[in-house]
Formats: sequence, C-alpha cells, structure tokens
Amino acid sequence: MKIIVNGEAINSDAPSLAALLEDLGKGEAKIATSVNEAFVPKTLRATQTLKDGDRIEIVAPRQGG
Amino acid sequence: MPVFYGTEIASRLMLGTAQYPSPAILAEAFRESAAGIATVSVRREAGGEQAGQDFWALIQDLGVAVLPNTAGCHSVREAVTTAQMARELFDTNWIKLEIIGHADTLQPDPFGLVEAAAQLSEDGFNVFPYCTEDLVLCERLVEVGCKVLMPWGAPIGTGLGLNNIYGLRSLRAHFADIPLVVDAGLGLPSQAAHAIELGYDAVLLNTAVAKAGDPVAMAKGFARAVEAGALAAQADPMDPRDMAAPSTPVLGKAFL
Repeated sequence: MKIIVNGEAINSDAPSLAALLEDLGKGEAKIATSVNEAFVPKTLRATQTLKDGDRIEIVAPRQGG
Repeated sequence: MPVFYGTEIASRLMLGTAQYPSPAILAEAFRESAAGIATVSVRREAGGEQAGQDFWALIQDLGVAVLPNTAGCHSVREAVTTAQMARELFDTNWIKLEIIGHADTLQPDPFGLVEAAAQLSEDGFNVFPYCTEDLVLCERLVEVGCKVLMPWGAPIGTGLGLNNIYGLRSLRAHFADIPLVVDAGLGLPSQAAHAIELGYDAVLLNTAVAKAGDPVAMAKGFARAVEAGALAAQADPMDPRDMAAPSTPVLGKAFL
C-alpha cells in the first residue's frame, strides 16, 4: 500500500503504526505520532492499523521559541 | 518569583531555543541567562535523522523546565493535535498555545485561541496562551481555564519592544492575580526591564538573544535586566510629573 509519511509517499506493508516505526528505525526513538491528523499515543501504536492513503506524521523534539 | 500552575520558577526570564549559531552557544547562553524555562517545539523527523534526539539530550542537560509550543499552527485542530503530541514527547501538561491568525504580523488568532484553550484545558493541559493584550480576549481565556496569560510586546521576531504600554498596564491592573508574561517582540534588555517594571511576572524571548552578535553576552544582559526590573517594581517607583523639581536643595544656596 502507499502511505504518506511526513509528507512523502512511500510503499509499505506494515500492518500497524508500531510496525511502520520499526521499519523506519524509529521503534525506540523519542517521537510522537499522528495518523490522518489525529494524535496516536504510544500505547495505541501497536493496535493502530494502517491503510492505503493514510497520512502519518512522526515528530521529535526540536528548537522552538 | 513567578508561579505557573503551582510551580515556582526561580527566574523571570523564559528563553527560546531556536536560531542559535550552535548548540554550544545555546547551552552557554542559557547558563548566563539563568532562565528557568526553555521553550521547544515538535517537528517532523523521519528516516535516519537524529536531530531531535540530539536536541533533546542538550535540553535535558540545561536543567530547566520545558515549555513546548504549538508554533506555526493556524487552526484549532492543528494546535490541539500538536499539543497532544508535545505532551507525550516532553512528558508535561504545559503547552504554549500559539495559533497564528495573520501571516504578516503572526498575530494570534483570538477566536481559535479561546476554542483551543478550552479544549486543551478540558483535556488536562496547563495552557500558556500566546495572545494579544486585548482585555476581552484575556477574560475569555481565563474563563476557559488559562491561569497564565502571555500577551505579545510586539510581533514575533521584530525586536520592537513594548508596542502598547497602556494596554499592557491595563492588563496588569485588570488581572492582578494571574501571572502575566510578555511574550515576543523584545529586542533589548531595557525592554525586558520595562515589562517587569510594569509588574509583569516574566518575559519570554528568543530572537533577541539567539540572533545577537554575541548571544551569550546578550543573555547575561537580559538576566540583569529582569533582576533590575523586579527590584524597581518592588521598590515603589516615584510618580512621573510634567514639571521640573530640583533635587538639590534650594535652601542654603550662596547668594551670589
């Protein structure tokens, strides 16, 4: 399936958000996530299934004012 | 010293973490500023990037409270989702709520701000709203649960200082029991001192320090300015007057 991760289209067979993060090397990283503009807490990543066209955002701590 | 949502902070200076020439200068500027709170953001990180992880390690070493922001958000939904992600990421209920309503001035959207502040307060957040000095807006923000108000001094990144001193003074008089922070627009330590002299509890700035030719020296300058402002505010300043009044006694002057 084709999904959008941080604005870029990628092909992925990851069955869940947790699996996708593992595939991207972000399984243990300090990140937060949303799917289709809705926040997905860490505790729900394993049960958050993904489907074609889903928009995933992965964010990390960054400089801010 | 200011108390935000039950937490006393040992400094009247809150400092942003963006735009410094290097991480080392950021860290040194923080040390010299004695700031008690660092503002941070959440931004995309995918693939092999490690910038966020490295930045987080740097912030933890500063030993200050962390205030995540919703910078760059233009809608309630964006801001609320960003706040939720920030809460998990930084493990804090504190959120500096920014909803931009105007592209050129980066003026806060007052309508979205009240709506988002209500939702977030309901959801257990401690909201620090980046707002204007509008009394009615600030009343609404307090009504929906904000226990801190952060009016702008001037538009973000301008360094213009306190654009509406009357408005800021009115706000201070009207909200005697709410911690007030001048957030954004400060360019010089004297402007920060002025805000504290007006009775503001703290100032929040970033560009003034980060984009100074010598950020570390400027950080030190702001640290001293907020201390000077606080001493002045506590010292019951004299009332200004239009007519001159000699300070040297007239009595006893030699008759020449």
